[in-house]
Amino acid sequence: MYTQMVDVEAAGAASDEQRRFDEKLDRGVTIEPKDWMPEAYRKTLVRQISQHAHSEIVGMLPEGNWITRAPSLERKLILLAKVQDEAGHGLYLYSAAETLGVARDELTEALLSGRAKYSSIFNYPTLTWADVGAIGWLVDGAAIINQIPLTRCSYGPYARAMTRICKEESFHQRQGFDVMVKLCAGTAPQKAMAQDALDRWWWPAVMMFGPPDSASPNSEQSMHWKIKLFSNDELRQRFIDQTAPQADALGLVIPDCELRWNEARGHYDFGAVDWDEFYRVVRGDGPCNRDRLRARVDAWEEGAWVREAALAHAEKRTRRA
Amino acid sequence: MPKNARAVRDWPLWEIFIRSDHGLAHKHVGSLHAADATMALQNARDVYTRRNEGTSIWVVRAADITASVPAERGAFFDPAEDKVYRHPTFFTVPEGVKHL
Ligand SMILES: [Fe+2]
Ligand SMILES: [Fe+2]
Repeated sequence: MYTQMVDVEAAGAASDEQRRFDEKLDRGVTIEPKDWMPEAYRKTLVRQISQHAHSEIVGMLPEGNWITRAPSLERKLILLAKVQDEAGHGLYLYSAAETLGVARDELTEALLSGRAKYSSIFNYPTLTWADVGAIGWLVDGAAIINQIPLTRCSYGPYARAMTRICKEESFHQRQGFDVMVKLCAGTAPQKAMAQDALDRWWWPAVMMFGPPDSASPNSEQSMHWKIKLFSNDELRQRFIDQTAPQADALGLVIPDCELRWNEARGHYDFGAVDWDEFYRVVRGDGPCNRDRLRARVDAWEEGAWVREAALAHAEKRTRRA
Repeated sequence: MPKNARAVRDWPLWEIFIRSDHGLAHKHVGSLHAADATMALQNARDVYTRRNEGTSIWVVRAADITASVPAERGAFFDPAEDKVYRHPTFFTVPEGVKHL
């Protein structure tokens, strides 16, 4: 299959290289860093992988907020390990992006200057302990559904990073669900806290799969390149189908009065998503956008002397050696 | 852009190789930035072995690795292409002969 290339450069060079690249995609051979690739493929990957990396890093903030206040030492340790994993995920992904010829510096700068996007889910606040449960259960749950197909994506370093990440995500989802299980088995106020968290996180989690297919213009090209293997709506449906019975098991009610099993489709039907809210948050007007960015900028600035000192120390030792 | 952000160059890039305890060789697992080799080892431990994935780590500056050129793959590996007799299956073993 040959798709019209969007960039002039590649179209002009409908060359041997282009043909070899297309052939590899068709045969399911991974593209590796030094292989020839269309410029638009490279750019799309840089954008996608770095956004993904930023999301892992910014994603540490809402949960980090609860590390010191987790209800037991065990919960504290678990949450600490979970948040540390997210830092690791960010690092695997930044490394994968760097194989495409961008510097870490540039990626950091894009995030701190507000130019780069990250998953809009992390612009919502974590108001109670139950939010930590809801994030693990729903947000990490949605991430798993998004990420498992990417372990088979066409770009080798990205696919390999995703394989590592997916192995670790199951722990994240389980620990979150476990928080919800305990709250739901607790006192009435504890259960109400769990329900309240579900009420606030449900729709943002459903939005994590991105705009509906009808409003997702780049999807087709990405699917041809095999850096997206299922459409946004397909993945969203999968998430809802998996999660609805889990909410039933908890005895919680998903805040969607149109949610019901459709025997004929073999899927859950669900209500309309408020895409205005989604775009508002993506554009920067979510409840915590400014806070999140501020926290990243502060961390970067306050760490500047450490980065500088470490480099100076290493250079001094090299000179003396 | 916040102040200081560009004041310091990136720490150098290191490629990380890890050996698990199943008798396998060191395997490339990814890369990271660190100011020096000691820090690269410590960071590699934290980034790549949080779940006992390894019993030994090698770190190598990415700049010190020489790699074959993908575009020359054909010619470069050509000498191995036409020597099928290097594989034992090239030879037919007479019926009934064992332990070959
Ligand atoms: Fe993650
Ligand atoms: Fe996670």
